[in-house]
Amino acid sequence: MQRTIANAFTTKDAKDTKERQRNLVSRASPDEVRDRGLQAFPSFVTFVSFASFVVKALALSVAAIACAQAEDKLRVGLMLPYTGTFAALGNAITNGFKLQVEANGGKLGGRAVEFFTVDDESDPAKATENVNKLVKRDRVDVLVGTVHSGVALAMAKVARETNTLMVIPNAGADEITGPLCAPNIFRSSFSNWQSAYAMGREVAARKHRTVVTLTWKYSAGQQSVEGFKEAFEKEGGKVVKELTLPFPNVEFQPFLTEIAASKPDAVFVFFAGAGAVKFVKDYAAAGLRASIPLYASGFLTDGTLEAMGDAGQGLITTLHYADGILNPQNQSFRLRYAKAYKVQPDVYAVQGFDAAQLLEVGLTAVAGDVSKRAELVKAMETAQIASPRGTFTLSRAHNPIQDIYLRKAEGKENKMVAVSIKALADPARGCKM
Amino acid sequence: MDLPTFLIQLLNAVQYGLLLFLVASGLTLIFGIMGVINLAHGAFYMVGAYLAFALTGLTGNLLFAILLGIPLAFAFGALLEWLLYAHLYKRDHLEQVLLTYGLILIFEEGRSLLFGDDVHGVDVPALFAASIPLTDTLSYPVYRLVISAACIALAAGLFLLIRRTKLGMVIRAGSHDRDMVQALGIDIDRTYRIVFALGVALAAFGGMLAAPVSSVYPGMGNQVLIISFVVVVIGGIGSVTGALVASLVIGLADTFGKVLVPEYAGLAVYLVMAAVLLWRPEGIFRRG
Amino acid sequence: MRLRASRVALLVAAVAVIAFPFTDSAFYTELLAKAMILAIFALSLDLLVGYTGLVSFGHAAYFGIGAYATVLLAPKYDPASLWLVLPGAVVAAGLAALVIGLFVLRTRGIYFIMVTLAFAQMVFYVFHDTGLGGGSDGIYLNFKPSAAIGSLQPFDLGEARQQCWFVAALLFLTWWFLARLLESPFGRAIVGIRSNEQRMRALGFATVRYKLAAFAIAGALAGLAGSLYAILFGFVTPELLSWHQSGNVLLMVILGGIGSLAGSVGGAFAFVAMQEVFSGWTKHWQLLMGGVIVAAVLFLPGGLAALPGRVRRAFGAGGG
Repeated sequence: MQRTIANAFTTKDAKDTKERQRNLVSRASPDEVRDRGLQAFPSFVTFVSFASFVVKALALSVAAIACAQAEDKLRVGLMLPYTGTFAALGNAITNGFKLQVEANGGKLGGRAVEFFTVDDESDPAKATENVNKLVKRDRVDVLVGTVHSGVALAMAKVARETNTLMVIPNAGADEITGPLCAPNIFRSSFSNWQSAYAMGREVAARKHRTVVTLTWKYSAGQQSVEGFKEAFEKEGGKVVKELTLPFPNVEFQPFLTEIAASKPDAVFVFFAGAGAVKFVKDYAAAGLRASIPLYASGFLTDGTLEAMGDAGQGLITTLHYADGILNPQNQSFRLRYAKAYKVQPDVYAVQGFDAAQLLEVGLTAVAGDVSKRAELVKAMETAQIASPRGTFTLSRAHNPIQDIYLRKAEGKENKMVAVSIKALADPARGCKM
Repeated sequence: MDLPTFLIQLLNAVQYGLLLFLVASGLTLIFGIMGVINLAHGAFYMVGAYLAFALTGLTGNLLFAILLGIPLAFAFGALLEWLLYAHLYKRDHLEQVLLTYGLILIFEEGRSLLFGDDVHGVDVPALFAASIPLTDTLSYPVYRLVISAACIALAAGLFLLIRRTKLGMVIRAGSHDRDMVQALGIDIDRTYRIVFALGVALAAFGGMLAAPVSSVYPGMGNQVLIISFVVVVIGGIGSVTGALVASLVIGLADTFGKVLVPEYAGLAVYLVMAAVLLWRPEGIFRRG
Repeated sequence: MRLRASRVALLVAAVAVIAFPFTDSAFYTELLAKAMILAIFALSLDLLVGYTGLVSFGHAAYFGIGAYATVLLAPKYDPASLWLVLPGAVVAAGLAALVIGLFVLRTRGIYFIMVTLAFAQMVFYVFHDTGLGGGSDGIYLNFKPSAAIGSLQPFDLGEARQQCWFVAALLFLTWWFLARLLESPFGRAIVGIRSNEQRMRALGFATVRYKLAAFAIAGALAGLAGSLYAILFGFVTPELLSWHQSGNVLLMVILGGIGSLAGSVGGAFAFVAMQEVFSGWTKHWQLLMGGVIVAAVLFLPGGLAALPGRVRRAFGAGGG
């Protein structure tokens, strides 16, 4: 016990040395005084570990500054998921982006591009630190990312504070082109509201009057449900129950039981990736496919149809991209992408590709000079992007105004059935630009 | 909620509770008998699920995978005990927590290196792939009923093992007085190794059974681990009966929580625990 | 002489902390601030683990409550007053620890470890599942709190260096406070409880009350760290309360050597440095981290703080 108290003395080193030593002598046996010599070492260890940390930090920061001055390349920071649930999406976006840059001879706006890459792991808790690595350590000119909405929100916050030019190639969080919109933040993908809103109209048009919704309790899911509900109830339908489960939980059984018990006309869900596969299979195994039709935002069936097998066939979804869009830019894009990466492109690759196209327009207008920010932004705002999904323009909040397609799952493809809503713009609620 | 729906949800709850029991029973045995707090127990559940995934890919059928997987998991447990856990019995809880926490990180990253970070599905064996229609809209997958049956059989076997066999006697005696058992000429080290391996095999078996239902995904062990802790706290350390009762209680709280108060479903389980703590701080079935 | 070496080391460390932000690397200045915040966090846990003998495996809950309180107390479209949110966070975390302490202190040993974990998990779900703090997506602190008192602006947290120094000041304050506390009769009592609770009770100490007080103080200090963390990064998610955080802070304390304030600080710095170095090497850095932990338990009982003594003893034995 006494020794532990002595610890406290040695640790408040800076003050009262004399008093402390008096205390030491008066309270401790000679043996313990010897031991106390050892006790002094913790702070020494602290110092050593701290010093090595400082030296390393200094070396790195000097290197970073030296780099910044040495080259005149355009510094592009890619912050995307390369591990975790969304790794495949991150890779597709990177491929799409690089396809466009390489078609330009490795340049954007006439300047050679240098990539800085950070794996964000789709982990919002690490998001601020990760984006700081790109913005504050690597001092990138342009920030591109990411898939996960929560991570994208953290990125957008840093981009706003540091006024870094940013393009979002996926994350659909409504806020980014809503209350958090900013002149330096653009999106080449979609807002969660968009595709779900289209589905709300489709379900109402099919004369379904009551719907139960089910999604993960996170912003992408909840905003999709809100978009769906807005359109569906405007057309006279009624969402009778909104079920949610924590992300990324996949134990659906109690919810399927609940759906079966409330017997709605139809079910609307938002799931993606492996959770989507599991849900569609469970829905079929519970015998619900036969009795209650299932509708969803297109992410349910993108890249998941093969894993779903028979359970996925015939699913009706809405999204801003589909298989079998017959425009020349889509056909050329698919050909080039398949040749370069030996796989067929998906909606994520398209979004990455368009992010690079959007930047190309802006940077070309200022001949690669990022310091002319106002002109750069103006050029991007007024751009007409010849996207594989069909040509789109940007809303005042910098979100694509685009066609939403109605699709049906056949084989491994989400075949385009029709254009559900032409040139649908996100309402950009709360945006003060 | 009408009666049929209530009964089906009850079935869901019991099925979840029984699966939980497989993991928690091993945990409570290791706690109670060896006095080791094993944070890595959830990782064994994950190991089981990934074993099921890998071996199903290899053999083409989950049933074969399970038959192969159980001895593998048992051997793995025995090896781990010999390598690491055997050094922990005399250490304090703090060091046990730390070492097993380190193991979680190692298992998770090992999993990431071996299998990547994607979520994988495991097919239900063709034998049990059907569904039984229960109401006009809802069918119940046969495989879920099989899980429950397997868990009940295993629970019965475990009780018999502890109550009726010589090993069970040694286990019960050893948890009370290690030195005395050793003085009687019984090889307690061997007993410990068997108990630990048994616990690992139980958790892994739970993971294998659950694989088709829950999918196989990174971090799947952590959720199970913490719920299992709650089960052990409620049931009382070392009590297999307590673990069974507590598992069912948690299954009920979780399932009905999800349906009735979705906002607070995550909390429901812990509120039950807090209530039990107020009532009996050492669990419902505390021993001696 | 060795005592003087330790003082010199501390002085050099202090100078380094003050001087470091002048290197003009915003990123590393922030990293340093983060390390110091985690050091406060580790110090608060050491009060429980190292001095009171309570192995809490749910300490991240109070860190998280402090962080959430900071964000929730701040107005959405204006900078909050630092002198409101910081004490607010400390009080909120301290109160939460007091209430939870009433439950968890009914148990001991393994139970205590599991129950603290379970309660932390419960708090985790409060923020994760309910609408209180933005659910699983987390919540933002839109503006750095202002340090203004009336018209006086003593420092500006929006400026990276001043922010770093402010954190440094609070770290030293926390350290000083704990050192003082441990010297006081209260400190002696809790250390006594650690070594023999029965005896302390026999001596007439209401030991549960002492333990509860220590638990609440530790919670409040963790809340301070959490609040600073929220201010530093401006973003709070339920992950801050996850049991990984609880595990990490326990690791910092043990790495440094329990029951040593300097050790906790060193442990936190070593942890951040390790995380930074390992994650620079490989994306599977947790594997290395796990390996270090297992090795530390098996081969380095007593943590870093005990290392010099062990080395010396080894050499002493060899050289006579």
